[in-house]
Amino acid sequence: MRKIYHRIIQISGNVITVEADNVANGELAEVKSGRGTSLAQVIRLDKGRVFLQVFAGSRGISTDSEVRFLGHAMRVAAADALLGRIFSGNGQPRDKGPALQENLIDIGGPSVNPANRIIPRNMIRTGLPMIDIFNTLVESQKLPIFSVAGEPYNELLARIAMQAEVDLIILGGMGLKYDDYLYFKETLDEHGALSRTVMFIHTASDPIVECLLVPDMALAAAEHFATNEGKRVLVLLTDMTNFCDALKEIAITMEQIPSNRGYPGDLYSQLAARYEKAVDFETAGSITILAVTTMPGDDVTHPVPDNTGYITEGQFYLVNGRIEPFGSLSRLKQQVNSETRADHRALMDNMIRLYAEYKESVEKQSMGFRMSNWDDKLLKYGAMFEQRMMDLSVNIPLEEALDLGWKTLAQCFEPAETGIKSDLVKQFWPKSDNADKKD
Amino acid sequence: MSDMLLTGKVTGVNGNMVSVAFDDRVTQNEVAFVLTDGNDRLKGEVIRVRGREADIQVFESTTGIKVGNKVEFSGQLLSVELGPGLLTQVYDGLQNPLPELAKEAGYFLKRGLYIYPLDREKTWDYSPAAKVGDCLKAGDTIGSVPEGIFTHRVMLPFAWAGEWEITWTAEAGAYNIDTVVAKAKNGDEERNITMVQTWPVKIPISCYDEKLMPREPLVTQVRIIDTFFPVAKGGTFCTPGPFGAGKTVLQHALSQRSEVDIVIVAACGERAGEVVEILREFPHLEDPRTGRHLIDRTIIICNTSSMPVAAREASIYTSVTLAEYYRQMGLSVLLLADSTSRWAQALREMSGRLEEIPGEEAFPAYLESLVASFYERAGLVRLRDGGQGSITICGSVSPAGGNFEEPVTQATLKVVGSFLALSRDRANARRYPAIHPLDSWSKYHSIVPKDKINEARAMLRTGNEVNQMMKVVGEEGTPTSDFVQYLKSEFIDAVYLQQNTFDKVDSGCGAERQQHVFDKLLDIIRHKFTFPDKDAARSFFQRLRQDFIDWNYCPWESDTFKAGEEKIDSLIKNGK
Ligand SMILES: Nc1ncnc2c1ncn2[C@@H]1O[C@H](COP(=O)(O)OP(=O)(O)O)[C@@H](O)[C@H]1O
Ligand SMILES: [Mg+2]
Repeated sequence: MRKIYHRIIQISGNVITVEADNVANGELAEVKSGRGTSLAQVIRLDKGRVFLQVFAGSRGISTDSEVRFLGHAMRVAAADALLGRIFSGNGQPRDKGPALQENLIDIGGPSVNPANRIIPRNMIRTGLPMIDIFNTLVESQKLPIFSVAGEPYNELLARIAMQAEVDLIILGGMGLKYDDYLYFKETLDEHGALSRTVMFIHTASDPIVECLLVPDMALAAAEHFATNEGKRVLVLLTDMTNFCDALKEIAITMEQIPSNRGYPGDLYSQLAARYEKAVDFETAGSITILAVTTMPGDDVTHPVPDNTGYITEGQFYLVNGRIEPFGSLSRLKQQVNSETRADHRALMDNMIRLYAEYKESVEKQSMGFRMSNWDDKLLKYGAMFEQRMMDLSVNIPLEEALDLGWKTLAQCFEPAETGIKSDLVKQFWPKSDNADKKD
Repeated sequence: MSDMLLTGKVTGVNGNMVSVAFDDRVTQNEVAFVLTDGNDRLKGEVIRVRGREADIQVFESTTGIKVGNKVEFSGQLLSVELGPGLLTQVYDGLQNPLPELAKEAGYFLKRGLYIYPLDREKTWDYSPAAKVGDCLKAGDTIGSVPEGIFTHRVMLPFAWAGEWEITWTAEAGAYNIDTVVAKAKNGDEERNITMVQTWPVKIPISCYDEKLMPREPLVTQVRIIDTFFPVAKGGTFCTPGPFGAGKTVLQHALSQRSEVDIVIVAACGERAGEVVEILREFPHLEDPRTGRHLIDRTIIICNTSSMPVAAREASIYTSVTLAEYYRQMGLSVLLLADSTSRWAQALREMSGRLEEIPGEEAFPAYLESLVASFYERAGLVRLRDGGQGSITICGSVSPAGGNFEEPVTQATLKVVGSFLALSRDRANARRYPAIHPLDSWSKYHSIVPKDKINEARAMLRTGNEVNQMMKVVGEEGTPTSDFVQYLKSEFIDAVYLQQNTFDKVDSGCGAERQQHVFDKLLDIIRHKFTFPDKDAARSFFQRLRQDFIDWNYCPWESDTFKAGEEKIDSLIKNGK
């Protein structure tokens, strides 16, 4: 039994300071106050003083509250017993099941040795042309949905998760609205996926800093299943902006000099430590991370989406219920799209280029300029593109989507106007008789 | 190797900074080890001394460290090992070979595990060069071994001051790197020379006669660079741009296609996955210049974003020191650092923990001088044997929010010789490589004569002005002659500035081909076309573009290349 400390010498924000010895950096403690018991973690040591961030918040903690150090860092049970279970942000069961004690492992473990990684190679099909053709999702990718509040990002997340062929799903919720939590649960249930799912759920009504542990718990569990059991794991993290805001809060309390809009200078490293857990192994399973990053004020240059974009392998940019072609990106697409079909890359590049030109025509039109022949062609094309490629209700396989792409081009343009290499045009351009007929 | 190890005790832990009360003395920037209860021995570097307390930046996670833990001071500055066998290696920021670490520790990195950078067993075919009685200085050649296609020089250690007289040399033969291959004396002191030496990474190696003006173009085979914004051997350039603009893809292209001897890839604080591509593909990709594999001329320093931050800071210095080592052999080295902003952020994190007075965006006030002294380590030098060696540095910069008015971009722009601005708009429009043709600049010489480039550049500028004007007055308000200028500028962009990085042929456009194709482009720019109306003009240029792009995909000097050229020529002739 370890010593219990009663002398709290400072309470500031959600950080408390006690005088104690033989305490390790990163160690966990339990803090008992009138409001109950909360977990806390050592975040700084200075001579005899120990700084702890209190996950349930410091409200109600008094100078003589009890602090008991646990002698270990935060852990999760690396075991099959996790499957089908729901935990809260502090790792305690949220369902009626028992707390798990078997095979506990530290969360936030070291990085995968880059020498052990392999080049991602498997496409994840989603049935959405905007993803499958233009921003192909790949197993082991780390990819956020950038979105403003109010967009159906959790629906999109759930839809991709249900369509993806993976062995396990791990859902990490941070500041999740209770309705959204129930929505995920129901969707997983409908698809019979609950028994191969683990959930770590921090809801909007839980103390803010408690969400800090969620990504690490989810990812530690994922690493266990991927490396020890060879599973293909999909980790869903929503909403990472809440995680960043919790980091910001702690940094401000610790009087760190903020780098940008109050966020700490190590925001990039903190996010990277989580996202980089996405990985594919030669001799084991894989971890794919799909996240949600809501953008305060619809501003991509806000520190959270900005730092995220520098870390993740692209992003789906969700605007007005559609995945925008500009701003959306899958950095891994070229690993897989050379093997899907010979026309995939050229079609992808040129359809987007033409859509960019369409946008310019729209601008000209809105300024009242006369539309040239070429503008008219682009306007026709743009409307078709939005309806056939961008609408989230479209659900067709990649090959069908590519054919539809050629058909759209043929209905709007002459081959030379598309900028596609001649040999591909020869092979894929629809014969004029059936291209122009309908629509 | 002092017999009495100097020690201290941990007094505080703040992130990756550990404060230590020391017993005897410490040296600034010396390496120290923190010994944890769990018997881990964690490497760090002394970065500040105040009174009886030293602050150490620890290159590992500090979880589990306790106040009172023992600290050992090594007395050595943070150093790298230099010797044959560096090429083809994949190191972390502290020069630990990652594949060896993987063999020892499995899937994950293991803190406190350090492995010799160079193979101790492997033997090399050594040929002596220096003779007994020769008087040599630091950096002078003792002998050599073949390392791949290169003659790897074994040199008098760079740290040895004064003149040394060779007293003994080994015969030609196969030795491992620790074998004594020569002995030398200076006054009463005699020392052994092996094939390996160490050098502190934060100090430039300066065993050369003088620094020269970089003039010779470094051919990257990227058209927009070599023609419009060239780089010189021994020069410096940077590629700032927002995320997704193509910084990494561009650096990968440079690492494969650049006409230099050695490429050092410093993956500094960015995605591990991107290094893996190099790591897995380079052993199989042919080096078109030598017929061997690309990996044979490459060293990879990999301290990616989730690896320890302090080691990320060190990785930049490790990389440039290795570059300097090969430069000393009279080779041309290209150092690609992706991204220097992550290095600057590592500096910022540490500066914050030291509670230094911050500069802009909380970067340390001395950021500019650190950035400058990093790029200063590039250069073309004349070695003491009369030969020349060069280091060219390309740093990518990742400005917050894509805004170039931020400290790292600004500090970099002050010191580099060429600025390749990657633009979000161009990337969005899939105009790759997304180097902005109007915002970028270079101080170096192009492979194409200046007056010709000025013509093309003028056309780009005019085209841009017409385009701006059209946004105000519309296409109908624009004279056809202006409109044709605009089409010409778009044409230059589509067929010359843009280049398909992922196509085997188009991705590598050699100097000769660039000169040839550029002349063709000029023909078109100069040609006075007359079109009945704008639609006719547009459709003519669309056709011409198609033929030109097809031409770009034909191998240089092949039959299809010649046929493609004839097709273009006749189209121009018949065009009105
Ligand atoms: N030259 C290029 N050709 C084709 N696609 C490119 C090119 N450069 C970048 N891209 C696309 O943009 C993505 C992001 O490029 P990357 O170099 O990783 O950006 P950055 O390093 O600036 O964040 C790539 O994954 C690729 O899909
Ligand atoms: Mg990059």
